[in-house]
Amino acid sequence: MATTSKLIRGYEVVIGLETHAQLSTRSKIFSGSSTQFGAAPNTQASAVDLALPGTLPVMNRGAVERAIRFGLAVGATVAPLSIFARKNYFYPDLPKGYQISQYETPVVQGGSVEFFVGDQRHVVQLTRAHLEEDAGKSLHEDYAGQTGIDLNRAGTPLLEIVSEPDMRSSAEAVEYAKALHALVVWLDICDGNMQEGSFRCDANVSVRRPGAEYGTRREIKNLNSFKYLQQAIDYEIQWQIDLIEDGGTVQQATVLFNPDTGETRAMRTKEDAHDYRYFPDPDLPPLAIAPEWVEQVRAAMPELPRVMAERFQKDYGLPAYDASMMTQGKAVGAFFEAAAKACGQPKLVANWLMGEVSRRLNAEEKDIADSPVSAATLAALIGRIADGTLSNSGARQVFDQLWTAGGEIDAIIDAKGLKPMSDSGELERILDEVLAANPKSVEEFRAGKDKAFNALVGQAMKATKGKANPSQVNELLKKKLS
Amino acid sequence: MKDLHHLGAAELGRALDAGRVSSVEATTHLLARVAAHEQLGAFLCVDADAALQQAARADARRAAGERGALLGVPLAHKDIFVTEALPTTAGSKMLAGYRSPFDATVVTRLAEAGTVTLGKLNCDEFAMGSANENSAFGPVRNPWDTTRVPGGSSGGSAAAVAARLVPAATGTDTGGSIRQPASFTGITGIKPTYGVCSRYGMIAFASSLDQAGPFARSAEDCALLLSAMSGFDERDATSAERPPQDYAAALATPREGATAAQPLKGLRIGLPREFFPAALAADVDGAVRAALAELEKLGATLVDVSLPRTELSIPVYYIIAPAEASSNLSRFDGVRFGHRAAKYDGLLEMYKKSRAEAFGAEVKRRIMIGTYVLSHGYYDAYYLQAQKLRRMIADDFQRCFERCDVIAGPVAPTVAWKLGDKSDDPVAAYLADIFTLPASLAGLPGMSLPAGFGEGNLPVGLQLIGNYFQEGTLLHAAHAFQQATDWHARAPSSF
Repeated sequence: MATTSKLIRGYEVVIGLETHAQLSTRSKIFSGSSTQFGAAPNTQASAVDLALPGTLPVMNRGAVERAIRFGLAVGATVAPLSIFARKNYFYPDLPKGYQISQYETPVVQGGSVEFFVGDQRHVVQLTRAHLEEDAGKSLHEDYAGQTGIDLNRAGTPLLEIVSEPDMRSSAEAVEYAKALHALVVWLDICDGNMQEGSFRCDANVSVRRPGAEYGTRREIKNLNSFKYLQQAIDYEIQWQIDLIEDGGTVQQATVLFNPDTGETRAMRTKEDAHDYRYFPDPDLPPLAIAPEWVEQVRAAMPELPRVMAERFQKDYGLPAYDASMMTQGKAVGAFFEAAAKACGQPKLVANWLMGEVSRRLNAEEKDIADSPVSAATLAALIGRIADGTLSNSGARQVFDQLWTAGGEIDAIIDAKGLKPMSDSGELERILDEVLAANPKSVEEFRAGKDKAFNALVGQAMKATKGKANPSQVNELLKKKLS
Repeated sequence: MKDLHHLGAAELGRALDAGRVSSVEATTHLLARVAAHEQLGAFLCVDADAALQQAARADARRAAGERGALLGVPLAHKDIFVTEALPTTAGSKMLAGYRSPFDATVVTRLAEAGTVTLGKLNCDEFAMGSANENSAFGPVRNPWDTTRVPGGSSGGSAAAVAARLVPAATGTDTGGSIRQPASFTGITGIKPTYGVCSRYGMIAFASSLDQAGPFARSAEDCALLLSAMSGFDERDATSAERPPQDYAAALATPREGATAAQPLKGLRIGLPREFFPAALAADVDGAVRAALAELEKLGATLVDVSLPRTELSIPVYYIIAPAEASSNLSRFDGVRFGHRAAKYDGLLEMYKKSRAEAFGAEVKRRIMIGTYVLSHGYYDAYYLQAQKLRRMIADDFQRCFERCDVIAGPVAPTVAWKLGDKSDDPVAAYLADIFTLPASLAGLPGMSLPAGFGEGNLPVGLQLIGNYFQEGTLLHAAHAFQQATDWHARAPSSF
């Protein structure tokens, strides 16, 4: 749970997010047109999408099914009856002059999302998630003073996920958004492609003195990267505090974030806010979801990340933080579990996945699915550490080789000469040399300084180029010094 | 044989089956009548060549042994249904020259039944009106007295059938737009239960109320047409999922316990006392009561019932229908189709000028009313209250149907009025919808059948309202009445 929030310049920050996740249906929410991204303008807009006279919307059950999946995943109520409403406003890329959305009675009600900020666990409550259609796109460039309209995106199904104002810093907001992103991808209801706009956030930000009522919020629209989300919120917080400190009052407004300047700028204020004239859409009967349908969806659900994380803690003895990291995505979870089972060293697998593997993946912008080192190979490598064949530094060398060039583990160990010194006569000879070369440390150890012993071990490992088994070195050294 | 144009749809179908006439002959004859009676203003467009080609195809199908009650029967469509082959205007300058890339479901189904489309029929702009004086393409005149209105909004459909230009036509009814013009022009029309006919391809006025239905000379003809037009359509989410219905068979099936003399024996007809107020015109009252006496003779019993919220149906309807219309008509913005102002400065002005230039006064009035009642701060007081009352009105009907099988009364408080009489007084026109609005708000089937004549030898209609999906009961009763009377067979003298 959110603990005492850190104050910024004496103010508490309050953040709520509205996230639009584009649902991964092949056809649109109310028509049979394709939702494929990147087609030539207006080639995926049917008579219904163009709102030609006489056309009517028909609900795509696939979109509803995905909303149910989400609702079950966040522990929400899936409404047995929800209502589609019309949000009326004029804009050239809104063909009907209204957007079909859900207003008073959404399909998903309540629920929560868990995530970590550092090793601190947080839970953000959800207000709701509702189904709606996307608008088209207005293209203001390339048309010599005119505006082009592309309606390919019009009618694309969206799930708008609304959180409670439970976040107290930009870092929390970003981790919430990442957890939500991971969840919708995990559930296979959204492709999660942020560049194409499949997952985008609006952030409601306000500040207040601790204990005071909520401050007036400003809504930052359309943030389509976690980096922008963080930057925009951070800028907005400072802007609001500056304004208040200068004696001003925050006015409710919708603002846009400019990534080039890193600033937010008001787009419209409350005074010129639209009156959307919401009312139930008479073209669509209330959306009825029978309990049987919910059960069907539940039965076909993948294991949820939080359930999997609990299982990893219970079955593999992982700490909560590790378990959460191992369930950031379905592929990571599967990779972890395969490797942990193969080598019987779950904590080491988690360490490697959070360490070397994720460092490499991040550096190369790769997904775990594209890892050149498979779960079986990683398990075998960890096995070589466990059986004393490899030291940690030796294992890292083998891993680097496996990652960049591939190969067979034992062959690499041989080629790199990383085999441990099994000949104790050879090791004893080297240790004698080390002791002879470090009389000062020997003296200090005998005087009772334990640190000096570690220095000698270090020297010994260095002299054996890491090939010696550290415990064997310990043992022999102690014998020689006693 | 009667003159071709005096044959109703069923009669013409039988004549075609018997080889007494060909569809090409019938079509040629009726096209000539359409051309000769242009001054009625019933048709907005006619495509004679296309009609004759369809007729020839129907004749060929018949020659090949195919049969069908409507195969080769000419008709015309209210211009609120979109058609691929003919322009569609909805009676508005907004859509002058508009061509739809698809046919309305109702149009497709009638074409599949083999009907021949002569053209498109005039109507009030976007089906808003009850006199057909709101068409951007001029008024329609009543064939019984061309100084009078034919009713609306399906005035062109009613006038064309009454003037014997076509044996049948399609119409739509949102608050009475089939029943009232049928009454004013002495023909038969039925608005089925909401959801029976697909709304796909019907240009929307008020989505929760709009229903398609046929106009014809008799209940028998309407049954044939409705069987072909109706049925579930997956493109309309409000379409009722039920198997196809054969209304002609329902009409021919005798009631249990009926006799030849008393075909309506056991039928309980409820008379809501609110449908017979003191203000009801004496001629209408007289004709309706005479028709009710006739129904009694045929075996029906009359029961007093009450629809206490009849008067409230006027404000309820004139909140809900404009609210939906204000939103439905937002797509006419000049961006993708329809009228766009020739000159404008910026987006907002493009919207304002395009819509101001192309919408007529009544459409603008309803958009403004609808926008107002949905506005922040007014929604609860108007729209929400109206929805509550709408449910209560529907409940009132269910209480009546515990005591009767059908409800009967007048269609309109008066016979057809003079052109121009109410055109400056929209509220007076709204008030005249009082008897048709309740069934519309409840989503119930209602029909109008000729019941006699009133002042100026103008037709008076009898309204029958049934419970949900009881179209068969209504058509059966109307057919029995028409077997015993000849009001439906009377034609205006100059036609």
